[in-house]
Amino acid sequence: MNINLTLIGQMLAFAGFVLFCMKYVWPPILAAMAEREQKIADGLAAADRASHDLELAQEKAVERLKEAKTEAAGIVDSANKRANQIVEEAKDAALVEAERVKAAAQAEIEQETNRARETLRGQVAALSLAGAEKVLGAEIDQSAHNALVEKLASEL
Amino acid sequence: MAAAGETQTISEYIVHHLTNLTYGKLPGGFERYDGSVVPDGGVWTMAHGGAEASAMGFMAIHVDSMIWSIGLGLVFCWLFRGLARKAESGVPSGLVNALEMIVEFVDNTVKDTFHGHNKLVAPLALTIFVWVFLMNLMDLVPVDLVPYTLMLLGVEYHKIVPSTDPNITMGMALGIFILMLYYSIKIKGFGFVKELTMNPFNHWAFIPVNLFMEVVGLLAKPFSLGLRLFGNMYAGEMIFILIAALFSAGLMWMVPAGLMQIGWAIFHILVITLQAFIFMVLTIVYLSMAHEDH
Repeated sequence: MNINLTLIGQMLAFAGFVLFCMKYVWPPILAAMAEREQKIADGLAAADRASHDLELAQEKAVERLKEAKTEAAGIVDSANKRANQIVEEAKDAALVEAERVKAAAQAEIEQETNRARETLRGQVAALSLAGAEKVLGAEIDQSAHNALVEKLASEL
Repeated sequence: MAAAGETQTISEYIVHHLTNLTYGKLPGGFERYDGSVVPDGGVWTMAHGGAEASAMGFMAIHVDSMIWSIGLGLVFCWLFRGLARKAESGVPSGLVNALEMIVEFVDNTVKDTFHGHNKLVAPLALTIFVWVFLMNLMDLVPVDLVPYTLMLLGVEYHKIVPSTDPNITMGMALGIFILMLYYSIKIKGFGFVKELTMNPFNHWAFIPVNLFMEVVGLLAKPFSLGLRLFGNMYAGEMIFILIAALFSAGLMWMVPAGLMQIGWAIFHILVITLQAFIFMVLTIVYLSMAHEDH
């Protein structure tokens, strides 16, 4: 329990260790810890921001979905309208076409009728001439009586 | 211990355990343990026994205290330099975590107590806390283990707990005292003189009284700091030695002595940590006071 040179030795050792700690131990450890703290804080902030972004994105998605639905409904609507229109148009066109075909057919029928009538008329003229010839028993001058026969035929 | 104690009385056993391995200069004319007389001019040698160590006076050094103190200081440097190398901003693990916890604890204590700007205080506090803790920790090594082993190797005396040596604790306390004076003068300048002379009675006639009271108060700080640690560790060590001495009192004492040894060791874990913490906190407080201008 004597006080002796150990006291001085310990003071020197103490100073040495404190200086070592101050120079090579404390600053790097504190720096690393501060850096880690910063990193964690950044990470938390980023997570917060990400969740906020997610929320925004979800809102946006819902918005877009709604928009798309409205748009789709509009498209379907207009498509329906257009389809109706086309059907309507087609119907009209068909009617017109039918009308046209009918008219043409009628015209043809008429033509055919006229032609048949012509033919018939000719044949009737010839028949009536022949009949008249037979009835009269004499040859009729065909050219002389043609006008008469024509007249008869046209009365048919 | 029983083997060592066979030819010793208990008091010899205790004294032996409390004697440092001392290297120093014996004065001329001193009669040594073997009857030889030291020639004029003295001689540097290892002391044999307390009487020779006392005769060496100030010119002696406790080799065991210095070796363990510096060795444990190097352990501290190695541990924390390793941490400083390994420390990075990634995820810490294992030992790094434990050491960082200590660093953070010290940092928080310093931040709570010390409000000035000084780059020295926090590393100083860390060094003190860990170093004193390691020195105190040696108290938990069974008291006979190292001294007895070394005795077999021819080293006569050995104390492995540096903090039971007043030189060690007072050495640190004086180091802190020097820092206190340095910062008091640096920060306060003339204010420090005023603090010593004009407190607590603010009148010129009381200057001698004030000076006396303040100087006593100032000197009491390092002394209480160093002697508190020394006293606590010395008392703890003494109880370990006394319990160890019980082992030589006969077979029937073995079991209770063993239980007491364990009990005291467990309690002592608390004491050594607490003493290291108190030493650190008081250092911070004293330095904080040195930085505060009234």
